[in-house]
Amino acid sequence: MYKYSDFDTATVRARVAQFRGQVERRLNGSLTEEEFRPLRLMNGLYLQLHAYMLRVAIPYGTLSAAQMRQLAYIADRWDKGFGHFTTRQNIQFNWPRLTDVPDILDALADTQLHAIQTSGNTIRNVTADHFAGAAADEIADPRPVAELIRQWSTDHPEFQFLPRKFKIAITGAAADRAVIRAHDIGLQIVQRGDEIGFAVLVGGGLGRTPMLGQVIRDFLPKADLLPYLEAIVATYNLMGRRDNKFKARIKITLFENGIETLRAAVEEEFLRTRPAFSGVDQDWLAGIEAQFAPPAFRAADPAPFEAALKVDPLLRTWASRNLAAHKQPDHAIVTVSLKEHGQTPGDATSEQMRVLADLAERYGYGELRISHEQNVILPHVARADLPQVHAELLRAGLATANVGLLSDIIACPGMDYCALATARSIPIAQQLATHFRDIGLEEEIGQLKIKISGCINACGHHHVGHIGILGLDRAGVENYQITLGGDGTETAAIGERAGPGFAYDEVVPAIERILRAYLELRSDASESFIAAFRRLGPAPFKTALYGEGQRDAA
Amino acid sequence: MSRKFTPKIVTANDLRAGDVVYLTASDDWSRHHHEAEFLEDEAIAELRLLRALGQGDIVVGPYLAEARQGTQGPEPVHFREAFRTRGPSNYAHGKQEATNV
Repeated sequence: MYKYSDFDTATVRARVAQFRGQVERRLNGSLTEEEFRPLRLMNGLYLQLHAYMLRVAIPYGTLSAAQMRQLAYIADRWDKGFGHFTTRQNIQFNWPRLTDVPDILDALADTQLHAIQTSGNTIRNVTADHFAGAAADEIADPRPVAELIRQWSTDHPEFQFLPRKFKIAITGAAADRAVIRAHDIGLQIVQRGDEIGFAVLVGGGLGRTPMLGQVIRDFLPKADLLPYLEAIVATYNLMGRRDNKFKARIKITLFENGIETLRAAVEEEFLRTRPAFSGVDQDWLAGIEAQFAPPAFRAADPAPFEAALKVDPLLRTWASRNLAAHKQPDHAIVTVSLKEHGQTPGDATSEQMRVLADLAERYGYGELRISHEQNVILPHVARADLPQVHAELLRAGLATANVGLLSDIIACPGMDYCALATARSIPIAQQLATHFRDIGLEEEIGQLKIKISGCINACGHHHVGHIGILGLDRAGVENYQITLGGDGTETAAIGERAGPGFAYDEVVPAIERILRAYLELRSDASESFIAAFRRLGPAPFKTALYGEGQRDAA
Repeated sequence: MSRKFTPKIVTANDLRAGDVVYLTASDDWSRHHHEAEFLEDEAIAELRLLRALGQGDIVVGPYLAEARQGTQGPEPVHFREAFRTRGPSNYAHGKQEATNV
């Protein structure tokens, strides 16, 4: 894993000291809220519905055991004993006092964490495939490049006041587990002959105007990455609209100008940026790559695991749901679900964080990952150790075997926390998970991605859920729109709205009607909901929702 | 035609703790909605908001929120304001936590 250089340490500490002074000046009246607000946002501090919220970056979703333990400590000392993992590989603390935030930032810096550029119109936390460095299907670990981008984008003087926020995601595999098509820039490591490079997508984004990214370069040589990124962001900085917040993202720049015009402008800028990079960035990258060398995987006979599978049905179910193929055949990638039925998606208590840190240390080479799907990953576990890991997860209430199933729901904080929300998300997720468990249909329904957002900004990725749910305020009442057929992977698609929305207490029955129709209509149990939807189109599901001839009403 | 004025209260968040607070008739900030000053006159409501805006050393982001008169005092009209009087629905945190103690 990456260790801060002296420069990194000094940068982060200096920022904390600056912010400490800014908080003092806010409290003694030297700074008005208007003056202070952009300063606190630059350090990830929001004011939400009931309290402040501190958003901490987990760069490319990678945490060490020591960092996870520090997050637990912060949750206990300055918050309410829990944290919320988000769809952008951040952790949010929901109850800090303004007066404590400088101390929290110092505590984060103690373990090389920070909250810089987790808000504001800057380049945000760079996200990556949560199986990075472990996945069997990976061409290369995308995290060294993500770290290079983090260093390049942090405090980049040209990009502190972009027209709007700017999000970059990267994957090293053809399978897209990082939703790169829904990011301002999506990067995919690709191989052409012996050469490693990047497919570069631009202009993806969800929110008010959902769009999938388009390819601006199908093969960018590895060494050209930073100058090319700089060319894209510089072009956007000039071409992007500043007259209308809702039209300020690069997806609108792309939509209004077209990919050819945008590409030509970027390539022209690239002629200027490229000579400015002397190659020093590639020297840095080489240094960073050395720090991401894989751990010395121990050889371990997986026989004890194979034997335990035969006699332990709980282990068998969990293994069938929560494990993924590791590049080392005698290892596995373990997804620890933070989606226990009835609990808040993405929340972990400080005790659970400590258990995860301990497990990472004992069985996982000290490494953890956070997924955009709001789960925690132990990326490298010897298969021989899986029975012990499962037993300890069971004891900590962390062995929910639902990864990829209906209850593995993405939900934004919604109006339970967020000042921007128009309706609640969390209770909808809780009710869906418990209802389908109670009626015994979750296993039978199989692979399904439900994603819930509590406002049009779509932090819950509802547009790319197989079933998406969007909470709105309709004349002072919570109302939920359902979208169908979305997909956040390499076969990305924006879901289409099914029809009129549903009241808060009508959402679960509505989803049940859709899913009972699916169970009726699927060709056999191997046809997933999304496959059936693609074969059949939306009509039968709309009929299930609204009845014959009713779907165009209201 | 201008819209008919409906009764309001002044609410904000506490600068230090972030907690939801309400402006009272005695110029204090209360943590309880029912202790808020009930404002039935638009001109007075605007004046009270101006007063709150001048207290940036105590509160953040004051605004006028719809309210109706209840048995204990003003009650929220919109569900967002109702949530602000309690806290989140997934844990007994926030104001509801204090009332549980």
